[in-house]
Parts: sequence; structure tokens; C-alpha cells
Amino acid sequence: MFGKLTLDAIPLNEPIPLATVCFLIVGIVGILSLVTWKGWWPYLWREWITSTDHKRIGVMYVILALVMLLRGFADAIMMRAQLALAAGHAAGYLPPAHYNQIFSAHGTIMIFFVAMAFVIGLMNFVLPLQLGARDVAFPVLNSVGFWLTAAGVLLINVSLGVGEFARTGWLAYPPLSELAYSPGVGVDYYLWSLQISGLGTLLSGINLTTTILKLRAPGMSYGRMPVFCWTALASNLLIVAAFPILTATFSMLLLDRYLGFHFFTNDGGGNPMMYINLIWGWGHPEVYILILPAFGVFSEVISTFAGKPLFGYRSMVMATMAICVLSFMVWLHHFFTMGAGANVNAFFGIATMIIAVPTGVKVFNWLFTMYGGSIRFSAPVHWAIGFMITFVIGGMTGVLMAIPPADFVLHNSLFLIAHFHNVIIGGVLFGVMAGYTYWFPKAFGFKLHEGLGKAVFWCWFVGFYLAFMPLYALGLMGATRRMQHYANPTWQPLMIVALGGAVIILFGILLTIVQLVVSIRSRERRRDLTGDPWNGRTLEWSISSPPPVWNFALLPTVSGPDAFWNAKRHPGTPGAAPPLVSLFVPKHSALGFFLAFFSVIFGFSMIWHIWWLAIVGLLGAITVSLRHAWQTELEDTISVATIDDHERFHHSQVARA
Amino acid sequence: MNTIVDVESAEMSAGVPLSEWGPAPARVVSAFGFWLFLLSDIIVFSALFAAYAVLSGQTNGGPSAIELFDKRHVLYETSCLLASSFTCGMMMIATDRREVALTYFSALVTAALGIAFLRMEFSEFAQMVHQGAGPTRSAFLSSFFTLVGMHGAHVTVGIAWLIVMMAQVGTLGFRPMVVRRIVSFSLFWHALDIVWIGVFTVVYLGAFS
Repeated sequence: MFGKLTLDAIPLNEPIPLATVCFLIVGIVGILSLVTWKGWWPYLWREWITSTDHKRIGVMYVILALVMLLRGFADAIMMRAQLALAAGHAAGYLPPAHYNQIFSAHGTIMIFFVAMAFVIGLMNFVLPLQLGARDVAFPVLNSVGFWLTAAGVLLINVSLGVGEFARTGWLAYPPLSELAYSPGVGVDYYLWSLQISGLGTLLSGINLTTTILKLRAPGMSYGRMPVFCWTALASNLLIVAAFPILTATFSMLLLDRYLGFHFFTNDGGGNPMMYINLIWGWGHPEVYILILPAFGVFSEVISTFAGKPLFGYRSMVMATMAICVLSFMVWLHHFFTMGAGANVNAFFGIATMIIAVPTGVKVFNWLFTMYGGSIRFSAPVHWAIGFMITFVIGGMTGVLMAIPPADFVLHNSLFLIAHFHNVIIGGVLFGVMAGYTYWFPKAFGFKLHEGLGKAVFWCWFVGFYLAFMPLYALGLMGATRRMQHYANPTWQPLMIVALGGAVIILFGILLTIVQLVVSIRSRERRRDLTGDPWNGRTLEWSISSPPPVWNFALLPTVSGPDAFWNAKRHPGTPGAAPPLVSLFVPKHSALGFFLAFFSVIFGFSMIWHIWWLAIVGLLGAITVSLRHAWQTELEDTISVATIDDHERFHHSQVARA
Repeated sequence: MNTIVDVESAEMSAGVPLSEWGPAPARVVSAFGFWLFLLSDIIVFSALFAAYAVLSGQTNGGPSAIELFDKRHVLYETSCLLASSFTCGMMMIATDRREVALTYFSALVTAALGIAFLRMEFSEFAQMVHQGAGPTRSAFLSSFFTLVGMHGAHVTVGIAWLIVMMAQVGTLGFRPMVVRRIVSFSLFWHALDIVWIGVFTVVYLGAFS
């Protein structure tokens, strides 16, 4: 009846997961009762859960990412605490089986549900506004993509309280992840959670690529697109090209685990190294999917706050697209130790080093943009400058490891861990935090607290160096990744320093929450009436904050780069604007929510081998899809009067400010 | 969004470059998005092709490709599928002319040819499993059943989609939304043909080369 699922799946004898789960359940029940008590459900359902507005969906992605950051960071600080303790004869407080789940969950959550969700959320919110479009190409599909991601998040968190998570590391290498060595449900939680959310990511990638290529405002040729749109284009092209590899690879592992196939098994002629090649065929482009939009954010931030057009726009675009192509030609550098031979390793080593060239072009372009500008030293600029320093260090250690002989020494050591945290925290995280601070007033109509924003930055910046520089040294001293205990007591002082760094980052995360609460409470003082709080250059700043559902009352006509900046410098003759016409916006749709609901049922019952319930989930998903296919009223009409009222109100606000 | 009017003719005569025309009409946007989806789907197949290329020699002491495949059988399968692409093209012409009867008829023939293809594939699979050459026998057979089976699964979904589209034509008529979906279906069906040409070449002809 319930497959493999019994009461033993609840970790009653493991105090740490049990306490966490109880805490989570109390928290979730508390939030749900508050929402019910306040009567917020109709509003939440109508305006958020079923929303097809790209701005709302973008905000929901970012909230999801911030919540999962708490979970991923809790895993991180537990690992750091364990390693600060577990030297020599001390065993620490985490048993190996639990520790292995923690590092697997940490990596999986941070990459798929924090970094990806944050980056996709920013792109979702910003792209149509920068392109001068009224929405993304497929608004309902956008909602489906978000909710499938949320379904993956739910499944991975259910593993905390029902069963276990994978102990295989964040990429679940076989043969360890095969049934013979991981007979539990942990790897199945990993696979189904990522299959479902991966589908959501693919849909989002298709949607945003189509939006950039087909829905730009009149006059916005490719050479006039803001650089963030270019980096987002590169990132979404990579999503469309790389995520199917992930889906196919996970499908093969699922067939191995569920039906006894022999793709990656040790016996039957299977080939585990094929999995590692395939997964990095996705995995290396994935790091550029994350970092390229961050590069775009920094380009916007630096150009805006230096008050100058971006230096070397064309070289920036070419560097972006060069990285987009090269990112598919370096995957083997993740396993030089596979034994492919000197020539193969040399090819991939050199290809890897070549990526440093366009990246270097970008860094110089940012520096030259700042040079001679009148820089306002705001919180987003703090993140941008912190990024440039930190990312260059991370890039250099990357080039160091691109030398195969050096990699043979450093492979799977803490040096590698320090390297990729150096680029992911110093690049992606700093980038999304800069974007969050920069576009927050556009989303909500008021600015975040500036001083607290800078405090958050300093915590992350100092905390990062304290937490990860010791890991470079430890790696060179021979410490490996994924170890739960070490015999050499001379490593302990550095491990304690690293824990100190993690604690400072904890303060950064807590201050982010404080900043949000303080800013919301004092929002009346922080209101931005103009819609253009930073003296911006691109089209998103030309409309009210928050923008209306339809974004642009009249589609802007673009005649050069930095469209809004030029419009401010050379205002057209008033009264020349064509008359307003009524607009159509996509209706709300519950399709995404229900598809996610049935996907969770399907995924959960596949994990626990409850076959009848899996069929119910599948049939449910098909039924809601068919119901949607017969929906003919897909758009709401916005009358001229409504648009006109909004425009008048916005103009009066601008005049007041 | 149907706020977007078809501006092609006006913009073309004004000599404005294509990239500055502004938002494309809904039919272009929907077909373009579907092309991107097909691209991603073909990448799924590429990964399975790559796995087959790596594993096709790993028979684990079991039967190899040349002992299992029947040339004549594959020829019939291929003929059915290629013919169904032709009838699918006929259906598109009928849809363009809004001819309901011809649309139904060519859709029916397309679906029948697809079902015939699936039947032959199923009998091939069943016979192999009966001979003890099922997907769990060796890595070669795992990758064979997955690659060919994945294509078969796509054909199955395609037939289901075609039935849904005919029901939509019957209930909703040839409204733009329905026509856009038929266009996407037709792209999907032709793409499956292209994938099958790959399967035919790599898997079946490859075995006899």
C-alpha cells in the first residue's frame, strides 16, 4: 500500500534532524495559521500564487532563494563547527552518515535552489522591463516553471523529516549513487527533486530566451540591449543547451536504480566515468549560467553609479558570448585525474585558461568604467568592488588548477573547495546581492536601508576571507574535501578560523533579515516617487515603482544604447505621444500551482515506490494540463481609463518628488 | 499577447532592420519558443546517443547488435514513420486552408502510421526480452532500449497530442490558439523523424557496417 514507506522513515532516534523538523513544522504551521487568521489567503491566491505577472514571479523566486539560503547556510555552519571540533581523538558532534547527508544537501541546495533561483528571479523581474516588453513570451509557462522549482524545493526538504538525503555529494557520482551502494531513498530524493525542478528551469530558459530574441521594444536592436540582457541571453541559451543533458543523465541513473539497467554500474558493462563526463557537460555550463547574469548586474551597477556609459560595450558583449561558447569546451578539467592521457588533459587545460581572457576583458572594462566617473559609493557599488577583488583571486586559483599536474595534487582537496566558493560567493552571491539592493526599489517602491546594506556587505566580505582563505592553506597541507574527521591536530587552528568566518557570514545573513524588516517598517520615509531612485540609464527606471501590471503604457521607442539616459538628456516634445490604447494582460492561472502539487505527489511516491499514488499524480498533472488546453479566455483587458489614471498618478508623484 | 499587431509590411517598406521591428507577432513567438524546446529535446537525445556510442560494445558476454537486429523489420518501421511525416505535412496544408474533413483524415492516417510504428517497435522489444536480451542483460542493451524506447515514448506522446488537437479542432475550431498548437505538433512530429533517421543510422545501420 505505501511501498517502502513505514514509520521507521521518521528519524525518531536522531536528535538533530528531529529537532530541526519539529522547529520547521512549528514555523510552517505558525505562518499558515497567521495567514488564515488574518484572512490573507484570497489575496495570496489571487495576487501571488496564481499570478502570471513576471514581476511577481521574479519576486517569488527571490524569496524562495533567500529562504533556502537559510537552510543551505545552516548546513554550512554545522559542517564548519564539526571540523573545528573533530581533530585527533575528538569525534565532533555529527556522525559520518549524517555529515555526508549535510554536505550533499548543502551543495545541492546552494546551487539549485539558492543561486539558480536567485539568478532566475532577477532575470524574470528585470528582463522584460529592460527590454521594453509588457511581459515574458509565455506568462503561464513562467508560473509553471516557478512552481516546479518550488516542488523540487519541497521534496528536498521533506527528506529532512521522512527518510534521508543522499550521502553522495552534490553530483551523486556512481557507482556510489547506484542501488548497490546507496540502497536507501536518499539518492532518489536527490534525483526526483532535481528532475522536477530541472524541468522548471528548462521551461524558464526557453521562455526568457524567446523573450529576449522576440519581444524587444521597437528600435532595440541587439547592439542597443543593456548588458544585463546580453548576459541573461547567454545564460538562458546555456540553460536550453545544458539542462537537457542533466535530465538525460539523471534519467539514466534512475533507470539503473529502478529497473536494473547498466549505464553506470560496475557490473554488466556499465561505465561510471560516462556519468561523470555527462554530468559535467551540464555542470560546467551551469557555473556560467550562474555567473554571467551576475556579470550583467555588476555592469549595470557600475555604469549607473559611475554616471558613465559602460566602457567597451562591444567588447563586453563579445566577451560574454565567447564565455558562453567556451563554457561547453572545458568540462573535463573537473576530472583530469580520470586518466584520459596527457594530450586530452592539455587540451582541456588550455581551453580552461583561455576562458580567463574574456573574463579579464570584463574586469578591465569595469575598472575603466569607474575610472574618471563620479562614483556614488552605495551598497551595490560595495558589492561590485568587493566582487572585483575577490573574483580575481578566485579566477587566479582556477587558472592554477587548470594546469593538469597541479590539479593532480589539488584535486578533491580543500583548495578546490576554497576556489569554487571564492568564485561562487565572490561572484554569484555578491552579484545577486548587488542586484537585490539595486532593483529592490523598482519592485516595491522604496529603498532598502543603506547603512545596514553596507553592514551586510562587510560581514560577507570579511567573513568570506576568514572562512575560505584558511581552506586554501589547508588544501595545500593535504586536507581533503568531504572529510568528517582528521587526525592531524595542526590543522585545527585554521579550521577554527574558518568557523569564525562562517559566524561572521551568519551575522551578514541575519542583518539581511534585519535590513528587510527595518526598511519595511520605515518604508514611508524611504519611498521613491520618481521610479528612478539611482538616476538610472535603462528602461526599467522610466516607469513607476512598482511598475503596473502592463509595465509600459506605450511601448518605448529606442534609438540607442542607455535608452532612458538619453531620453532624460534629450526630452522629446511634450504632447507628441500617441494616444493610449487598451491593453491585454494574461489572466491569472492556477495551472502552475496544480502541476507542482501533482509533481510533488508523483515525485514522493516514486521515491517511496508507492506505484498507485505515482499514477494518481501523473493522471492529475495530465488532467489539469488538458483543462488548461481548453481555456479560451486567456487575457484580461485593461481599459484606457485605468492606464490613464495610473499614468497621471505617476506623473503627479514625479512632480511632487 | 494580441496587443501586438503584424507590422511586417509597414516596417519592411521603411527599410528598418529586422532587429528593430519591435515585438514579434504571437504566432512567431509561439513557434520560436517551440523550436527552442525541440532543440533542448534533441539535446536529451544527443546524450542518449552518446551513451549508446560509448556502451554499444559492452555486451557483457550477451548478444550483440548484429545478432539481434532484423534489417527488414527496421525498413518497415522506418517507412511507416517517414510516411506519417508526409501525411502530417498534408494535415498542415489542410489546416492552412481550414479544411476540416481533410485535416481529420490526414491526422487519422498520421496517427495510424504512428501506431503501426509503435506496434512494430513493441514486437521487436518483446521478442528481444523473450530471447533473454532485455535491457538488464548488458550495458549495450540498456542503452539500446533507452535510446529507442525514448523515441518510442515521444511517438506515443505525439499520438496522444494529435488526438487532443483533433478534439480541439472539433470543439474550438480553427482559432489562432489551436492553429498555433497544430503548427507546434507538426514541428514535433517532424523532429521525431529526424531523430529516427539518427537512430536508424547509428543503431541499425551501425550494427551492420
